[in-house]
Amino acid sequence: MSDEVVNPRRRRLLAITSGLGVVGTALAVTPFVLSMLPSARAKAAGAPVEIDISKMEPGQLLTVEWRGKPVWILRRTQEMLKSLHEVDPLLVDPESTVVDQQPSYAQNEPRSIKPEILVLVGICTHLGCSPDKRLEAGAGSGLGDDWKGGFFCPCHGSKFDLAGRVYKNVPAPTNLVVPPHAYLSDTRIIIGADQRGAA
Amino acid sequence: MEKLLTWIDDRFPLTKVWKEHLAEYYAPKNFNFWYYFGSLALLVLVIQIVTGIFLTMHYKPDTELAFASVEYIMRDVEWGWLIRYMHSTGASFFFIMVYLHMFRALLYGSHRRPRELVWLIGMFIYIALMAEAFMGYLLPWGNMSYWGAQVIVSLFDAIPVVGPALSEWLRGDFVVSDATLNRFFAFHVIAIPLILVALVFVHIVALHQVGSNNPDGIEIKKTKGANGLPVDGIPFHPYYTVKDIVGITVFLMIFAAVIFFAPELWGWFLEPDNFVPANILQTPSEIVPLWYFTPFYSILRANVYNFFWIDAKLWGVIFMGLSIVIFFFLPWLDRSPVKSIRYRGKMYKTALGVFVVSFIILGYLGTKSPEVVSLFWFKNVFWVQGFTVLYFAFFFLMPLYTKFDKIKPVPERVTWK
Repeated sequence: MSDEVVNPRRRRLLAITSGLGVVGTALAVTPFVLSMLPSARAKAAGAPVEIDISKMEPGQLLTVEWRGKPVWILRRTQEMLKSLHEVDPLLVDPESTVVDQQPSYAQNEPRSIKPEILVLVGICTHLGCSPDKRLEAGAGSGLGDDWKGGFFCPCHGSKFDLAGRVYKNVPAPTNLVVPPHAYLSDTRIIIGADQRGAA
Repeated sequence: MEKLLTWIDDRFPLTKVWKEHLAEYYAPKNFNFWYYFGSLALLVLVIQIVTGIFLTMHYKPDTELAFASVEYIMRDVEWGWLIRYMHSTGASFFFIMVYLHMFRALLYGSHRRPRELVWLIGMFIYIALMAEAFMGYLLPWGNMSYWGAQVIVSLFDAIPVVGPALSEWLRGDFVVSDATLNRFFAFHVIAIPLILVALVFVHIVALHQVGSNNPDGIEIKKTKGANGLPVDGIPFHPYYTVKDIVGITVFLMIFAAVIFFAPELWGWFLEPDNFVPANILQTPSEIVPLWYFTPFYSILRANVYNFFWIDAKLWGVIFMGLSIVIFFFLPWLDRSPVKSIRYRGKMYKTALGVFVVSFIILGYLGTKSPEVVSLFWFKNVFWVQGFTVLYFAFFFLMPLYTKFDKIKPVPERVTWK
């Protein structure tokens, strides 16, 4: 082979054929790869959910399902709201500056429309576990005397305050997500839709 | 009979293959206890495939039906409990065999030149095995299945830019759902087993090309007799087939004891949280993978600090990935002129000892909540960080301590009693 003269025409044909083969293979693989994306049915699922919050006591937490995820509704007490201010220096992003984590109307200290009503997606921003509710302050929570109440992820130890804001030096990078939501009346909340339409 | 064999041999190299890989494959005569685990791993692969086929006859890959169909196998299918427990116990035993098999390589330098490819193929088998075990674990659709899959698929979220799209593509949905269960079933019963079997085949072909290592870590092909065969070699069949049958007998006794008396092994082989159907609103109070993943799981959650511009979450994923990938580089990290631990000095022995202890302790801590005060007055997470450093030190310092280690003279011929 090495002694023979390379036939440039054959060389070129070989290169073209190989190139076309690669393109053809890529095209043939495409439908298989795309078939693994969320299907039309999966995309269509996930309509907004309506919840009646009239019976919620202060300090009570309600879990509802929206798009296959747990969503928490917490009616915070005055002490709980006060604690939000106290933990500010311990947090990564007390001002909720990461815009993707909440709609603009929840970009405030209590991260809510009405200060006492908190709506959160109950999925840890680290690896998708659902954190434990450790709402009570103090040693009873199992997280030490200094704990001001909040959420604790059992999987990897991330901590969040009572507005779902993440503590420093835990694995989770960002605050918990506040889903789009709106008040249909004083006692009815819709999750998954707001004034700007369905999410 | 002879005629039939000739007829076949004219058309297919039956006798040739038999001779090359069994009757005339010369293996060193000084194999010891550590050389059982390769053939035992192969045995477990066969057990997993056979039991898996029969489980597939009754299992339903549907979120509405999956959990109940596993209970149906356990209660109503004739002998279903046995087949299912063989499969679930087999999964853990597979990893026990593979870990001991890999440890053997570290003891005697079986991954070193000229067996680097045997080692690399073996590492691919190990990774395929991890994927197989992870996907299989979702199928019973217990609560730990669900949240375990949720966490592991979310690992891909940490990859910059493409991460979220990639994890959506893997799940086929925005959360772990029916679509995910269905495709994991497809991967678990068809795609990955095919890859595993192919890789095992290639692993053995590569091994037989270079010949087996031995506890002395010397090449038997260097000393050949007048007949051109290695003087320290004996035919694999019948010598090692018989030896392996002894190993298989003992293995099956232990395997059967676990299946009959402790198939859950007190939560180590089947976790209590997985006897509850998946609940998408409630993470189990302590979410942990099965024992064979916990060393890496520990490393994943060891990092709780943001360094440079990379956040703690991505660091955790990077370290965990690295803790597995770094095994691939072992043949080149080791600079010692000798292979076997028998002729190495104190440095390698200490390093290997520290590594094994770190691996086991990381595995143990991976089963405990990170906030728990587990040893003395330190929290779990501090211990994990310490042992993670030791784990990586074994690899990163290897070129140094293997180079400067005091070695003993290596004999010309294998030693045996």
